[in-house]
Amino acid sequence: MLTLRNVSAGYGAFQALFDVSLEVHAGEAIAVIGPNGAGKTSLLRAISKVIDVTAGEIEMEGVPLSGVPPHKVIELGIAHVPEHRRLFPGLTVEENLKMGAYLPSARHLFRERLAYAYELFPRMKERRNQLAGTLSGGEQQMCAIGRGLMSGPKILLLDEPSAGLAPVIVQQVLDLVRRIREEGYTVLIVEQNIQQVLRVVDRAYLLDVGRIRMSGPAAELLENEDVRRAYVGL
Amino acid sequence: MEFSITDPFLWETVIQGLLFGGVLALLSLGLNLVFGVIDVVWICYAEVVMIAMYSVWWFHVVLGLPLLVAMAGGIGVGAVLGTILHYVVIRPILDTPPINQLLVTGGVLFFLQGAATLVFSVDFRTLGVSLGSVSVGDMFFPWNRIAAFVTSLVTVAAIWLFLKRTYLGAAIRAISMDREVMPLMGVNPARIYLLTSALGGALAGLAACLLALLYDIHPAIGLSFGPLTFMVCVLGGLGNMFGGFVAAFIFAQFIALGGYYTEVEWGYVIAFAFFIVMMFVRPQGILGARN
Repeated sequence: MLTLRNVSAGYGAFQALFDVSLEVHAGEAIAVIGPNGAGKTSLLRAISKVIDVTAGEIEMEGVPLSGVPPHKVIELGIAHVPEHRRLFPGLTVEENLKMGAYLPSARHLFRERLAYAYELFPRMKERRNQLAGTLSGGEQQMCAIGRGLMSGPKILLLDEPSAGLAPVIVQQVLDLVRRIREEGYTVLIVEQNIQQVLRVVDRAYLLDVGRIRMSGPAAELLENEDVRRAYVGL
Repeated sequence: MEFSITDPFLWETVIQGLLFGGVLALLSLGLNLVFGVIDVVWICYAEVVMIAMYSVWWFHVVLGLPLLVAMAGGIGVGAVLGTILHYVVIRPILDTPPINQLLVTGGVLFFLQGAATLVFSVDFRTLGVSLGSVSVGDMFFPWNRIAAFVTSLVTVAAIWLFLKRTYLGAAIRAISMDREVMPLMGVNPARIYLLTSALGGALAGLAACLLALLYDIHPAIGLSFGPLTFMVCVLGGLGNMFGGFVAAFIFAQFIALGGYYTEVEWGYVIAFAFFIVMMFVRPQGILGARN
């Protein structure tokens, strides 16, 4: 579904990704793991065209993204839930979800998808008229994921959904990810919480200093001695 | 002067202040919208209003178009001016220090004033439209002012509904909170900025239609209500449209009542003194959040 071929990308003179190749098939949940500063966020930003791809190719269902402006990426079925959630703090929960359905093609399905999002996250329904800035961290993450789903995407890009959350909440958020994928969404998730995320995805790529070091089934990486020693700290 | 609650002149003053407040509220709306969304202060806002006033006059008096058509034209001119202002002047300097925005829009102020003087000369122009007045007991209120007041309230309500109910309105509010994340929602920020500028200009145009009913038109007229508009916006908390709305009525009452108890000019002095004091007490504006 989503293919990256030898992608290099960066911010101005700073290069964050080197020759990255990656493949996500429909229905899969894929994790990109790695330490802080490995280029995980840059990877998702390159897909969303927020940063410039300097070499290589990214394709969504065979459509190259090179000529697509940033605000049109979502029209191809790619929803990006950014790092730090980035909700609109002065808008209510429901207005945030509405922004997720901004695409003309998504607007006429707003009611149904809103009902679906509320079914998935009953807490959001309770807080629908509350300003997003007043939600707790875990609730904000639910709202952010809900906002991502409102465009009816084919693939959901999740950037560090557990960042800044208490350990108990981290597990809840990763359970959410499992549920999202059980709902049939294709998921590409980027995480520092390596051990926990590897239990909810099918395959994973290990990214370090902008390069893919290793890839394989999640269970294999979880058992891999090098991964455990270098990145999990066990 | 003695204070008496039954004094009809006092009541007339209060109501005149209320009517004037409506006009100020409408004037501040466009400026606040643009600032709240794009984070740019159009120093030349009142000059956009001035050009739109001349347009209404030109369409109506020179071309002989019906008044409502001329007013629609004036709103259109405001929208086009706002769009050009954003595209030509603001956009190239969006990412530079804020002082540049003040300098360039300040430059546009003198440009528009000079252009208006060249094209229309310094003669006072008037629409020559009088709608008569209504009397309540011993009090008289011109219909021009009442029409301006009602139009202001309807417009403020319409803008509020637009921002609250529509997708575009939500995007306009959202972009002021987080511009970078907008493309991930499928929103093109450049387009929102352009639309906001056109809307801000159209609101300036609408204010011009109402002001043209109340005042003579001349190239420097922007200077007489431009500072007032800024003070209303700042008093309400720059970018806070509801705050601006409240501040407009407070300010108008200071001017009206100050003028009633002393002299008209003193009304402005008292209002400006109040503004200065408020800037010390609440620099973020009456309803502005502490930043």
